[in-house]
Amino acid sequence: MTSRRAAVLLALPCLIALAALFVAPQALMFESSLGRRSFYGGVVHQWSLDNYRRALEPLYIAILARSVALALATTLLCLLLAYPVAYWLGRQAPVRARSALLVLIILPFWTSFLVRMYAWIFILRTEGLVNRALGLAGLGPLNLLYNDAAVLLGQVYGELPFMILPLYASLEKLDRSLLEAAADLGAGPGRALWRVTLPLSRPGIVAGSVLVFIPSLGAYLAPDLLGGARTVYMGSLIQSQFAFVRDAPFGAALSFLLSLVVLLLLLVFRRPLGEARRA
Amino acid sequence: MRGQVVLQDLRKSFGDVAAVRDVSLEIRTGEFLTLLGPSGCGKTTLLRMIAGFESPDAGQVLISGRDVTARPPYERPVNTVFQQYALFPHRTVAGNVAFGLEMQRLGKAQIAERVEKALEMVRLEGLGDRRPSQLSGGQQQRVALARAVVLEPEVLLLDEPMAALDLKLRQEMRVEVKNLQERLGITFVFVTHDQEEALVMSDRIAVMNRGRVEQVGAPEALYDRPRTRFVADFLAVRNLLPATVVSVSSGRAALRTPGGVAFEASDDGGYREGTTVWVGVRPERMRLVEASERSAIHSRGASGGSGGRAASAPQLNDGDAGGNRLPGTLEDEIYLGDRTDWRVRVGEETVTVAESAAFARARRRGEAVTVSFPPDAVLRLEDAEPEGR
Repeated sequence: MTSRRAAVLLALPCLIALAALFVAPQALMFESSLGRRSFYGGVVHQWSLDNYRRALEPLYIAILARSVALALATTLLCLLLAYPVAYWLGRQAPVRARSALLVLIILPFWTSFLVRMYAWIFILRTEGLVNRALGLAGLGPLNLLYNDAAVLLGQVYGELPFMILPLYASLEKLDRSLLEAAADLGAGPGRALWRVTLPLSRPGIVAGSVLVFIPSLGAYLAPDLLGGARTVYMGSLIQSQFAFVRDAPFGAALSFLLSLVVLLLLLVFRRPLGEARRA
Repeated sequence: MRGQVVLQDLRKSFGDVAAVRDVSLEIRTGEFLTLLGPSGCGKTTLLRMIAGFESPDAGQVLISGRDVTARPPYERPVNTVFQQYALFPHRTVAGNVAFGLEMQRLGKAQIAERVEKALEMVRLEGLGDRRPSQLSGGQQQRVALARAVVLEPEVLLLDEPMAALDLKLRQEMRVEVKNLQERLGITFVFVTHDQEEALVMSDRIAVMNRGRVEQVGAPEALYDRPRTRFVADFLAVRNLLPATVVSVSSGRAALRTPGGVAFEASDDGGYREGTTVWVGVRPERMRLVEASERSAIHSRGASGGSGGRAASAPQLNDGDAGGNRLPGTLEDEIYLGDRTDWRVRVGEETVTVAESAAFARARRRGEAVTVSFPPDAVLRLEDAEPEGR
């Protein structure tokens, strides 16, 4: 057997899974997005672009823009928070403790995201942990829950590990002698970070940003539970089309558009992403 | 003063392991000093303390007369060529060379000019736009050199810079680096475990063993007169034997090995009757003489042992090297191309005799021979200090 045929054979299970679980649903959804809602919430398979026309109305563009803003803010905050953690983990923490520390980073995944969002509600609500502590100090209850800040907090909390791990991977293998060379050539700690460490950890920065940005774009649980569904984001908009409004074709069109936005972004960032993959 | 490095009682441990123990050393302005020793002897740690990557547990580092012990690397007037070069992969060749100049906040035009000059100096002109990964090992090493010397450091530190190159390239680079040093006139501190490299390039060599400097001296001095057993061993004095001093008289010491082999050494004033010493004889200072020729040799014997390296002169090769004549048997042959090392059984001892290919003759294992060497070929060596001190 040629190695080429062997490669195709080896890739086959994965290709089948991708076709069945990704391509087929996307195709089905695309087909539904061209139809229209029947009176009882089914799909009438009469093809038109009406749903897409509607999705591009200013109301929905505004929601998309808000989602992009949330995803951007989440990514940026995660990056700022994760970088020092990943740096410490990958370069300063005792080598023997590293795997244990990494387990701590991914430990939250053992609990459902939904449950963890409810935990935040208990922490943030008017009679929650924070406000009770404030009350003991004689400070009045703050409105911590059901606002954009709470949504952002929930998002950053949930996505942080996805930023830490790729950053850790690229910082950990950064050759110490390169930093020594920078110092040797006259770069103080700040300039060494800016001129050597940051550029060399770019693959990790790009990978982590993509891993955080894309799910954040369709975020649904945090806006719904911590935002109290007061502000509408793409994720909750799409969910409501299927669950409450029962306009599956419009929901399908919205999610297809969202996928398109993600694809476009990946296309724009394909060069740095390629670097991330090679690294 | 500029370019002088003074190390005072430097000490450094990693956990329980003492890497450098009380090293004091003065490196002179403009000299090429090599720290030579096996891996783990502390030579790299010593270099890293000069660079500022390690801070000593005790002692001081003075560069150009200033105490820099507490200064970080980026405030020291030294630059380093790293073992694996440590070139920045995200920068071009020119970008690598420019890095230090950018740190000094020089103007763009000035940087470009100096980078170009530096690349010319290491014969890499025209390769400035390449990435380090697109260069060969030898070229990468030149970039590392250019990146360091472009800053005109007072002292250049080189940490086994040729270890990653193949033999032929290494031999070329030796000459090139040495020439560079002579042209620039700056102090070079060079770390290597390769004794040949050290002998070829250095003005002075400091041989290190287990965290200490065992001997410092010019290559010739070290080669001709190694002080300790370790230094002798490291500089390829292959025949190292313990021997008892039987008697000392009129400039000669009579020695006897535990295996019962007796021979004479020129007395350097260090032999004490009744004591046991370590001695060494370089394989190339020994000659093989056929057992049957022994009587003929005897008559010429008086002219032998006139001393020094003259004994290795070819005219003496097939004759007497003078003085000591020990009967033995050829045990083994190690063919090395330009020479052959013969393992010769002498009494209870085995010695190595090097025979230059130019004067070799056909010999067989088991053949009876006489090993001949002059008394002044015998080096008296101090034993290495006991383990664990």
